[in-house]
Amino acid sequence: MMAKREYSFYPGCSSQKGASSSNYLVSAQSVCAELGIQLNSIPDWNCCAASIGYAGGGELPRLTLSARNIALSEQHNPGQPIVATCAACWLSTREAAERLKHDAQLNAEAKQALGEAGLTLKNETPIRHMVEVLIEDIGYEELKAKVKKPLTGIKVAGYVGCQTNRPFGIAGESYENPKYLDKLIEVLGAESIPTYEKKVQCCGGALAFSEPEKSQEMIKGIIEAAYDHGADLIVTPCPVCQMNVEVYQDQINTTYGTQFKMPVVYYSTLMAVAYGRNAKDAALGGQVIPAKKLEGIAGK
Amino acid sequence: MGDLNQAMIEKYRTSFLKEVEANVEEGEWVKMCMQCGVCSGSCPLGKFWNHPPQEIFMMIRAGKREEVLTSDAMWMCTSCYNCVVRCPREVPITHIMHGLAHYAKRLGLTPKNQPTAEFAQRFWNNLLKKGRVNELKLGVSLYFMNGIGPGVKTAIKMAPVGIGMQRTQRMSAMELFGGHAIKDLKGFHAIMQKAQELEALRIAQYSVAPRPTA
Repeated sequence: MMAKREYSFYPGCSSQKGASSSNYLVSAQSVCAELGIQLNSIPDWNCCAASIGYAGGGELPRLTLSARNIALSEQHNPGQPIVATCAACWLSTREAAERLKHDAQLNAEAKQALGEAGLTLKNETPIRHMVEVLIEDIGYEELKAKVKKPLTGIKVAGYVGCQTNRPFGIAGESYENPKYLDKLIEVLGAESIPTYEKKVQCCGGALAFSEPEKSQEMIKGIIEAAYDHGADLIVTPCPVCQMNVEVYQDQINTTYGTQFKMPVVYYSTLMAVAYGRNAKDAALGGQVIPAKKLEGIAGK
Repeated sequence: MGDLNQAMIEKYRTSFLKEVEANVEEGEWVKMCMQCGVCSGSCPLGKFWNHPPQEIFMMIRAGKREEVLTSDAMWMCTSCYNCVVRCPREVPITHIMHGLAHYAKRLGLTPKNQPTAEFAQRFWNNLLKKGRVNELKLGVSLYFMNGIGPGVKTAIKMAPVGIGMQRTQRMSAMELFGGHAIKDLKGFHAIMQKAQELEALRIAQYSVAPRPTA
């Protein structure tokens, strides 16, 4: 029995039952089970305000949201690094941790606010993204060793997007041309597209709701480039990227006269299928645009 | 809110830059801008900004208070952080744009019916209520932000997206009734109340003396 690696898990609002990336959580849990990763949820975690809470939420209230999560993690899961699957959760939490370390006044105020509920912030916990755990703690070699059903013959456009890539990114990767997703695709036996030029293009993020026309113009470019490269599907590490690029394809088709029907999956979906898990464990039922090729492999 | 705006105008009559440095998130970085324009060229929605970031920074230094704070510009930020990682002087541009947007909102200067300002405010109100975002209530309230007529039109246009999300169990009608929440709501609300109080207090103090820079 392999020793379990334990992490303090911050799942985030969109991962909850009946929410937009609940399928990400299911597939990530399957992958973690295969790799001996134990996720201990932060009890009673709250929203991080993502990158759109700023109209109503000033700097201190927003930082305090993340401070509460870090404090709860340090109290209940001491010594365990926080790991988030959502790009925005990771970014907001890590940003808050760093800002509070560098601004004594904000730090003192956040601690005072937390005191209202008897919470204490040490702010000594590393804040990590699941991709970092996979690449840095597990490593490509072990990730490859677990493959039971190589994704042979599937061409995948690795769409990294923004917030898993900037401003922090994955150590050793460039902001303009990160390669970890392509490496992961290859490790799983699929074919990557290293020259996919839209790999770090913004999808509009939260503005897909408030500025749909402007965002859909960008999303169209992301999908079009994937088709131009002969991709069978797009893979991404971000819940907002996944949703934006997948669910507006009909509206884009109406606006631009395109005929897009490009599946957009999480890296964890690809991994769960390659690791031999069934369609349910890979959460393939969560695809608004079905990933037929993955269904085929998962059903074998 | 109008009173706070007036107080700030009087306090910082001679320098909008000082007002921004004291009251806007990461505002102390504004003077570091060297006007290269890399941020403006890197912005995915750059063509829609009436004043791109580089221009906003110069306008702040030139004292164009009203033009900056009533601008639509910073509400175009998608938080992609392209500008932040490319800026040769490491100015945290994304945060300054968020900070300017928040400050304009606090002073009651946001353009009317600015969709992202509306959405961002609703997102905040939504998460404060239960400690977690209720995606369904947020989406529905957004459709109807311009009234019933446009709301019905948007809801009809969005219905196929909703049906797809519902079919794949990535949206639940049950969220309209209660929905996800944290357990210690009382403690959560006490924390957030205190954080908001402390921030308001600090900004009120700034209208007397500028924030000491670290």
